Amino acid sequence: MDKTWNNKAWFLVLPVLVLVAFSAVIPLMTVVNYSVQDTFGNNQFFWAGTEWFEELLHSDRFWAAMGRNLIFSFIILAIEVPLGIFIALNMPRKGWGVPVCLVLMALPLLVPWNVVGTIWQVFGRTDIGLLGYTLNAIGIDYNYVRDPFDAWMTVIVMDVWHWTSLVVLLCYAGLVSIPDAFYQAAKIDGASRWSVFRYIQLPKMQRVLLIAVLLRFMDSFMIYTEPFVVTGGGPGNSTTFLSIDLVKMALGQFDLGPAAAMSLVYFLIVLLLSWVFYTVMTNYDAER
Amino acid sequence: MARIDLDHIRHSYLPNATREEHFALREVHHSFEDGGAYALLGPSGCGKTTLLNIISGLLKPSHGKLLFDGKDITRLSTQERNIAQVFQFPVIYDTMTVYDNLAFPLRNRGVPEAEVNHKVRETLDMIDLVDWAKRKARGLTADQKQKISLGRGLVRSDVNAILFDEPLTVIDPHMKWVLRSQLKQLHRRYGHTMIYVTHDQTEALTFAEHVVVMYDGQIVQIGTPAELFEQPRHIFVGYFIGSPGMNFLPAEIEGRAAKIGGQRIELPGAPALNGGKVELGIRPEYVRVGREGMPVSITRIDDVGRHKVLRADLEGQAIAAIVGEDAEIPAEPRIRFEPAGINIYADSWRVEMQGGPASHGGKGG
Repeated sequence: MDKTWNNKAWFLVLPVLVLVAFSAVIPLMTVVNYSVQDTFGNNQFFWAGTEWFEELLHSDRFWAAMGRNLIFSFIILAIEVPLGIFIALNMPRKGWGVPVCLVLMALPLLVPWNVVGTIWQVFGRTDIGLLGYTLNAIGIDYNYVRDPFDAWMTVIVMDVWHWTSLVVLLCYAGLVSIPDAFYQAAKIDGASRWSVFRYIQLPKMQRVLLIAVLLRFMDSFMIYTEPFVVTGGGPGNSTTFLSIDLVKMALGQFDLGPAAAMSLVYFLIVLLLSWVFYTVMTNYDAER
Repeated sequence: MARIDLDHIRHSYLPNATREEHFALREVHHSFEDGGAYALLGPSGCGKTTLLNIISGLLKPSHGKLLFDGKDITRLSTQERNIAQVFQFPVIYDTMTVYDNLAFPLRNRGVPEAEVNHKVRETLDMIDLVDWAKRKARGLTADQKQKISLGRGLVRSDVNAILFDEPLTVIDPHMKWVLRSQLKQLHRRYGHTMIYVTHDQTEALTFAEHVVVMYDGQIVQIGTPAELFEQPRHIFVGYFIGSPGMNFLPAEIEGRAAKIGGQRIELPGAPALNGGKVELGIRPEYVRVGREGMPVSITRIDDVGRHKVLRADLEGQAIAAIVGEDAEIPAEPRIRFEPAGINIYADSWRVEMQGGPASHGGKGG
C-alpha cells in the first residue's frame, strides 16, 4: 500500500509535544540537572556528579521513609481491595438503591485531599474531635499527636475512608457487566455462593481490579497531603513517608541537589513497581 | 428424563395482575412427553422465554402448577429440578479448562472424582471436544462454547430435561447446520427431553418433532412441521411459518363456496361457521398461475433463486404465489387455488369443513 508522506503532518502533533514538553519533559530534565550539581544560592551551581545519589542510597533516613511507605501501601491495598470487592458485591444491582449507593460512594472521591486531611485532623482531636473525644471518653487512650500507632491508625483509616470507593466503583462496573445468564447457569449447575464468586465474578472483575490495585498502589506510595495535614509526618518521623521527606528536604532545608536525586530515585521506584505489578498481573491473565 | 406437565400456568411480571393484558403468559396447559424434542416458536415477546424460565425454575409462575413425572415441583429450586439449560450467549467458566467446565456441575453435587472422570470423558466424546479437554475454555470459538454449555447438561445422568434458549443466535450460519444436526443426533441416541426456544422457523421445523407455536402469551398451535404448514390453526401461524406467509383474503361463505369480491371459489366442504370475520387462507405454494381462473394484475415478481415469488392484486387484495423458476407467466394472468390448500378462518381461528376430504394433507413443509 502506498502511504502518503507529508511532513506538514508533524505540525498536527506539535501542540501535544509542546504540552508534554512543558508539563513533563522540561521539569524532569531540570530535576536531572539539579541532581548532579550543588548550589549555595545566588544561582551558582557546581558539578557534583553522582555524589547525591551515593549519599542518598546510604542514607538511613531515606530507607526508613521508604520502608514506612511500602508498609503503608501494603496495608492500604490489603484493606481497600478486599473491602472494596465486598462492598461492590453487596451493592444493589437495580432499583432506587443504585443511584443512592453510587452517589454515596462517589462523595469521598470528590473531597479535595487537604480537606480530607483537615476533616480527620479535627475529627481525631482529643479536645474537640468527635472521634478523639469519644474514644478517650470510653477509656481508650487515643492521641495521634503523641502516639505513633494512633497516628498510623488515623492515617490508614482516613485513606480507607477516602479511597475504598474507587475500588468499589471499579469492581461494581465489572460486576454489572456480567449477564444474568451466568448466574442462572451457575444455579442450574448447583454452584455455591463461593464458586459463583470464584469462577464468575472474580474473573470478570480481574481487569478492573488490576487498574484498581495499580492506581491505589501509586497513589498510596506517593501520598503526601493527607498525612501532612493530619500528623505533619510525626510524631517524630513515624508517619514521614517518602514525599513528605522529599518536601522537607527540598523546601524545608533547600537542599536542591539531594532532593532532586531523591525525586529521581523515587520516580524510578514508582515506575519500576508499577511495571512489576502490571507485568505480574497481565502474565497471570494470559497464562489462564 | 421426565415427562413435563404444565397445569394451567399463568404468569405476570406485575405484582397485582388482574387484567388479561398484564399477563406475559396467559394460560398454558400442555404436556411435554418424556424423550420428546419440542420447539417453542414465536416472535420476540410472545412469552416463550418466560415459559422456559418457569420450567427451569428461574421464575415462579403466578398461577398454576408444574409437574415432572406427575410430581408437583412448582416450588422447587432450579437445582432440585435437575434440569439443564443452554442460553442464548455461551455461558462458560472461562478460567477453567474444558474438562473442569464439564466436571463443575458434578463436583458441585459431590460426585466422587472417579465417576466425574468417567462421565466427563464420555460427555467430551458426545460433544466431540476430546482433544480440547486440557484447554482453557476462554480461547474457544462460539460454537465450541455452546457445546460446552450443552455438555454441562449432558454430563449429569439424572437430568430431567435440557432447555435451549435460542442457542444458535451467536453462531455462524454454516456452523448452525452442523450444530443442529449434532443436536438431533444426540437426541436420537440418548433420548433426553429437549425443549428448544427459537424465533427462527427453520430452526424449529428442522429440530423438533413437535412445534409449539406461541403468540401473545398463548399457545396457538402444537403440531408437526407438516401440520403447521398445511393447517395453521390460527392466522398467526399462517403468517409466521412459511416464506412468504399464508395469504388471507376476506371472504363470504355461501354453503360450499367462498366469495372473494366478485369471484366464487368452490370449497372442499361446508365450513361450520358461527359468526365473526371470515377469511380464506391459502399458502402461496397452492396458488396456481395460468390462463384459467380468477384474473389478477401482477404488481411485482421477486426471484429468490430456486423459485419466483409473484405478488399480485386479486379483487383489490394483495396475494402472493410461488411459481417455478422457468414458469411462463401469461400476458393476462389468472390464478386458481388448489382445493387441498384452502383453509377457512373465523375470527382468526381455523374452522373445520364438513363433508370434505380427510383433513390431513400429504405435502410437507
